[in-house]
Amino acid sequence: MNHWPFILGAYAFALLGTIGVTWSSWSAMRRAEAEAEAVRRER
Amino acid sequence: MQIYANPARFLKLARPLTAWLGWSGAALIALALAGGLLLAPEDYLQGDSVRIMYVHVPAAWLGMGGWTGIAIASLMQLVWRHPLAGIAARAVAVPGLLFTAICLVTGSLWGRPTWGTYWEWDGRMTSMLVLLFLYIGYIALSDADRERGGDGRVTAIFGLIGAINIPIIKYSVEWWNTLHQGQSIGVTGSSIDSSMLWPLLLSTIGFSLLFGAIVLMRMRAALALAKIEARMRRMAA
Repeated sequence: MNHWPFILGAYAFALLGTIGVTWSSWSAMRRAEAEAEAVRRER
Repeated sequence: MQIYANPARFLKLARPLTAWLGWSGAALIALALAGGLLLAPEDYLQGDSVRIMYVHVPAAWLGMGGWTGIAIASLMQLVWRHPLAGIAARAVAVPGLLFTAICLVTGSLWGRPTWGTYWEWDGRMTSMLVLLFLYIGYIALSDADRERGGDGRVTAIFGLIGAINIPIIKYSVEWWNTLHQGQSIGVTGSSIDSSMLWPLLLSTIGFSLLFGAIVLMRMRAALALAKIEARMRRMAA
């Protein structure tokens, strides 16, 4: 049996999942901090 | 830990640490996975499928480590009422769920060429699946509690009770007959050859650093949203 399709599938799932959660966490943080800063300046 | 009970003091440390953990983690992961795919030799029994270990083992470690973090933070929230503990526990839940899912999927993809099956209801795999459902339950409970304006105590208690599953996962390979192999790396040494061990160690450190960065990002987002909500409440009053 050729193992490489299983290896590439495992790496793709791991990397896409990791990149996805990193990106969503980073963009949520940037958005929330920008909103908080805008609210602070409004005072 | 009480030093960082003040969010301003915590943010002063978290801001530079987020970037440092994120970039160094990403660099180590790239190095480790390139080494694991291109430089490490194939195993004499498992063949090339052993390379899946370089993503599977760090994911298993982080799935279990994530829930251990939730349990510690929950204890700090319930006993010492640390103001950031609940935020930290909730920040761990989503990346913890993701790495538990990665562990299960990559383990399944390793099992097919090695054992001849994607899934077996043995102790290790079943207890890891239970951990996945615990993460899903924790996230649902935490969201429901926040919507109701709760103080997070019920979620913290769930986090502590769920920690019972962590020793079950760890010792499942000793307690029950299982397809899953026993522990290969311990405090005193490793049964893995050094040519295969170095990408595994680098990968585990790299994913752990990135996990730390993700948790800090989610904590910073939660603190910023709490600041906005507090400001809106003051304006409405």
